[in-house]
Amino acid sequence: MELNERLQAIERGEEGELLQRILKTLVLYGEAFDAKRMVPVTSKYGHTVISYGLKALGAVMDLYDQILEAGIPEGQKFTADPKPLDKNVPSNLLEDLVFKKFMYTDQDRFEAQLRKLGITSDDDYSCACYLDQVGNIPEKGDVLSWAESSAVVYANSVLGARCNRNSGILEMMGSILGYVPEFGLLLDEGRKATWVVEVRCKNRPEAQLLGSAIGMKVMEEVPYVKGMEQWLGTELDDENKAYLKDFGAATASNGAVGLYHIEGLTPEAKEQGEKLIVRNPQIYVIDDAELERVKQNYPVIWKNPNAKPQLCFVGCPHMTLQQLKDWTDAVGEGLKKNGRDKVAVPTVFTAPIPVIKEFQKTMDSVYLKKYGVVLSYICPLMYMNNPLCKKKAVITSSNKLRTYTSARYYTEPEILTIITGGRL
Amino acid sequence: MRQFKGRVVVAGACEAEALVSHVGFNTLASYQSALQFGDKEVKCGDQNNPDLYKKPMLGKALCLPQTIGSTTGGMVLYGAFSKNMQPACMLFSMHIDPLAASGAVLGAVWTDVKMPVVDQLGDEFLEYVQTGDKITVSEDGTVTVHR
Repeated sequence: MELNERLQAIERGEEGELLQRILKTLVLYGEAFDAKRMVPVTSKYGHTVISYGLKALGAVMDLYDQILEAGIPEGQKFTADPKPLDKNVPSNLLEDLVFKKFMYTDQDRFEAQLRKLGITSDDDYSCACYLDQVGNIPEKGDVLSWAESSAVVYANSVLGARCNRNSGILEMMGSILGYVPEFGLLLDEGRKATWVVEVRCKNRPEAQLLGSAIGMKVMEEVPYVKGMEQWLGTELDDENKAYLKDFGAATASNGAVGLYHIEGLTPEAKEQGEKLIVRNPQIYVIDDAELERVKQNYPVIWKNPNAKPQLCFVGCPHMTLQQLKDWTDAVGEGLKKNGRDKVAVPTVFTAPIPVIKEFQKTMDSVYLKKYGVVLSYICPLMYMNNPLCKKKAVITSSNKLRTYTSARYYTEPEILTIITGGRL
Repeated sequence: MRQFKGRVVVAGACEAEALVSHVGFNTLASYQSALQFGDKEVKCGDQNNPDLYKKPMLGKALCLPQTIGSTTGGMVLYGAFSKNMQPACMLFSMHIDPLAASGAVLGAVWTDVKMPVVDQLGDEFLEYVQTGDKITVSEDGTVTVHR
């Protein structure tokens, strides 16, 4: 591995044993992928996937204590994934006990560590750190040391930044060192599409269902998606960005996609077109029947598959301001149609704190509250990450949440129908 | 008995019983429940993995194509190392993925646990090996499947 003078000095231990071990970790990581050199991280901010002081992950906090105690020079500032707890989200006494006494017992300790390590603000806990209101928006071509699968795939695909699917802890080490190994999605060659996905649906496919189908098929490879122009056009406007946010999150969690190209829309596909596709790519044709097949194959692991939904989450990944407004309108119309004042299922919408603050300046926030929907900055995945939730009939429009928890997936129109008291 | 030669990612030798996943191994989904609630057998919690769901993973020779899912994957593996809840070894038919590599490297550099990791064993390896087979891993990346 080619190391510059500073990194060679660190390798010799001249800046302390801990930084030497951090470098060793990143070098070994790169060597597993035949990385030839370490390259500087060029983005303004990092992003860490670890935001929770989970008792079971005390080892991570012990490691961060070591780093802080070693007095390592301050690295890049960063944003972090959403927090796991919010008192506004419905929970019973037993769940509160489990959350606070058994699971997230070290939350305060961990948040204090993140402050010392350089989190940009106590408001900046969101998986959608790249939204305007949060402001962690890398430039095209920037090299990142990020983790959070949905943020990495968004940064690579929609913003044209360069980041591998780094793991938690390693992303922090990259931000501290200021260098990452150069391989995979950091290289032009690694950004070529090895799959062509031809979408032949009658209507615009549900983002999280399309992403799920593609993720499950291509796994960690790069898909070049054709056939979306009729619905998405060729401009990355706010609506398209929100669609791609949800689409990408599903590709990354149902598979391991770190980068996708949408023909005529995402920056590299716009610039290079089919030159991005390798010779003899694999082909995947998606029509409505294929999406239905994928959806029908999702396991339902509720004890009683016919149970009445007890809780609904929308916003994994976190919602944009416009999504909050659109959902508020849609819920209002649905309730009116069904002759109701409030939602029929306890419902939580999740969004970044800065987005919530903007939303609260609008009349929509008054309506949303009136409809009985809770607005929270929580991470639904972390909330559901306990055995009590397995006994709860939770529904969601998030394919990521479905993948990691017992939540049952429904499309957005289906969710809307259920929560507004209609019948599927 | 059949032998397969792979690339050594983390050197080491071991003997263990095979636990085979033919689909991507979702590290977070597989480990989160066991890690959080101290399941002594470390049963797999990934409902989307029909090969492994609810099967004990502790001390097994985990045979897999690659890992998939959340970028907490490496950190979760590190968490498993720190609690001695890791498999005996990880044997990849494909090239190791970044998340699994992160976990393997974190374990090797920051803990005392020795867990051999071999990748690029080939599709044939995953087609041949079956859950319950006895596996021997050598320092040079040779994996022997005894049946």
